[in-house]
Amino acid sequence: MMPDLLIKLTLVGIVFFGVLNLAGLHTWIERKQSAIMQDRIGANRASIYGFKLMGLFHPLADAVKMFTKEDIIPDGADRVLHMLAPALSVFFALVAFAGIPFGDRVVIGERVIDLQVARIDVALLYVFAMLSLGVYGVILAGFASRNNYAMLGGLRATAQMISYEIALGIAIIGVIMVYGTLDLQELVRGQGRYVAGWIPLWGIVVQPVAFFVFLTAALAATKRTPFDMPEGESEVIGYFVEYSGMKFGMFYLADFLETIMVACLVTTLFLGGWQVPYLMPDGFHFPWGAELPLSSWTYAVLGVGSFSIKVLAFCWLFMQIRWTLPRLRYDQLMVLGWKGLFPIAVANVLVTAAALALLGGKS
Amino acid sequence: MGVKVLRRRELTFWEELYIPQIFSGLRITSAHFFRNLFLHAAHSVGALTHRAASATFQYPEQPRPLARRFRSRHRLTVREEGTPRCVGCMLCETVCPARCITIVAGEHPDPNVEKYPVRFDIDLGICVYCGYCVEVCPEDAIRMDTGILDVAAYSRDEMKLDIHELMNPALRKPVVECDLKFPHECRHSGGEIKGSWE
Ligand code: SF4
Ligand code: SF4
Repeated sequence: MMPDLLIKLTLVGIVFFGVLNLAGLHTWIERKQSAIMQDRIGANRASIYGFKLMGLFHPLADAVKMFTKEDIIPDGADRVLHMLAPALSVFFALVAFAGIPFGDRVVIGERVIDLQVARIDVALLYVFAMLSLGVYGVILAGFASRNNYAMLGGLRATAQMISYEIALGIAIIGVIMVYGTLDLQELVRGQGRYVAGWIPLWGIVVQPVAFFVFLTAALAATKRTPFDMPEGESEVIGYFVEYSGMKFGMFYLADFLETIMVACLVTTLFLGGWQVPYLMPDGFHFPWGAELPLSSWTYAVLGVGSFSIKVLAFCWLFMQIRWTLPRLRYDQLMVLGWKGLFPIAVANVLVTAAALALLGGKS
Repeated sequence: MGVKVLRRRELTFWEELYIPQIFSGLRITSAHFFRNLFLHAAHSVGALTHRAASATFQYPEQPRPLARRFRSRHRLTVREEGTPRCVGCMLCETVCPARCITIVAGEHPDPNVEKYPVRFDIDLGICVYCGYCVEVCPEDAIRMDTGILDVAAYSRDEMKLDIHELMNPALRKPVVECDLKFPHECRHSGGEIKGSWE
């Protein structure tokens, strides 16, 4: 019992450490990346004893600022719900990570440890359930602030998130049908096979359409530009207009967490998760016959590294998209969701089903 | 005057598909991203410093080059013996659209000069930087070529330049002591005429 608990706690620690730091770093990445691609320098003033470290102290300064700012609860707001809303947002964004496998199993003595916080055999459903529950944080924030603008912002956000989660859910049905499992760890293992002996059977290879639908819908579900009508930084009044200090910061954190979550999901579902091409548990087996045996530890580390790199690459891509595309209008957003992505996703499911029936069972 | 007809270009099919255009947008921003990232990396090891990685100026450390006709904070030009060139003709005070110049003229010992400003104040809090005062001056006594842009203060009073700051642009508020060697009115003398011609 005890060792199991310790192992789980360690896994939780690793995941939280990685995810929370990455979310904190996202404020820095966001500023620096936008600056670099717009021919600017970006935040570079915060320094400790003259060390600026490329502006890396700005997230720290931000955190200090957020924690020390006055926390205002508007008169007439529902105090409990007002406090609860940011906490719910962050909580559901964080617990969703429990379902994400970030590596293959490690064997220590007799024990086989799956590098996944919670080994749930319907992990995919669990992750999506948690992501959907995140809507409650948003709508509570709008509702509890007793501000009509915040209320409208909350409703906008809710409508958007719910619309896109439908496309999101249908897009992954194709993947589920191909791999025949809802267990994310098994789904990633299923992506370790090869088509024609050398093309990795990753989700993006067998479900390219689903990949693009998922990517778009996921971006929209995270409420980031070009789909950021709910908060609309400078132009639209968003659902967290009545929040200040760290509660406001928590909404931001939740946004970044969701971005990372989506990056993790895309990686897991479509890019082979922790798979490294041609890497088997006992080493590399290249299609041209070469082999490179590796110890099981190297194998595990390579897997985690591969997963992290893919996630980071997607975070980069999301930032790049965020700073490239202008914002959609609200009606365009709804049209894209309901008349664009939704039918494409359904068609994709039908085509996949037909293809599977013709090819006979699971490919 | 000819008429120029602006015709809105029809979008091609390729452009209306929208998705390819997303990629071409991403291509442009990514090209900038990687070029600048590469240049930043090269700069950090001291290479390629002649190619800037950003189009921005790091302002306080790296002042922006100003155009030669740029109108910055005022100054009063000075004669060889250290008195202002201004002859107290009041033209600038008259022309100033913001009415932010206050001049009190006094009699100059040199009969050829006739007058000089005992007081010369400009309230930069009201000045609109039109440059009329410079253009109207018959003596080339007032100029706006100090290159000082960061005129900022915590109170309105601090935005009022008096003759000390106007004659010595290096001087910033608060002016602690009077260094002018000719009779004038200043705070350090309680507004009384003080000093003497050397
Ligand atoms: S620049 Fe224009 S507004 Fe300012 S002091 Fe001269 S005349 Fe007056
Ligand atoms: S116009 Fe020139 S000479 Fe006349 S009062 Fe103004 S600064 Fe002095």
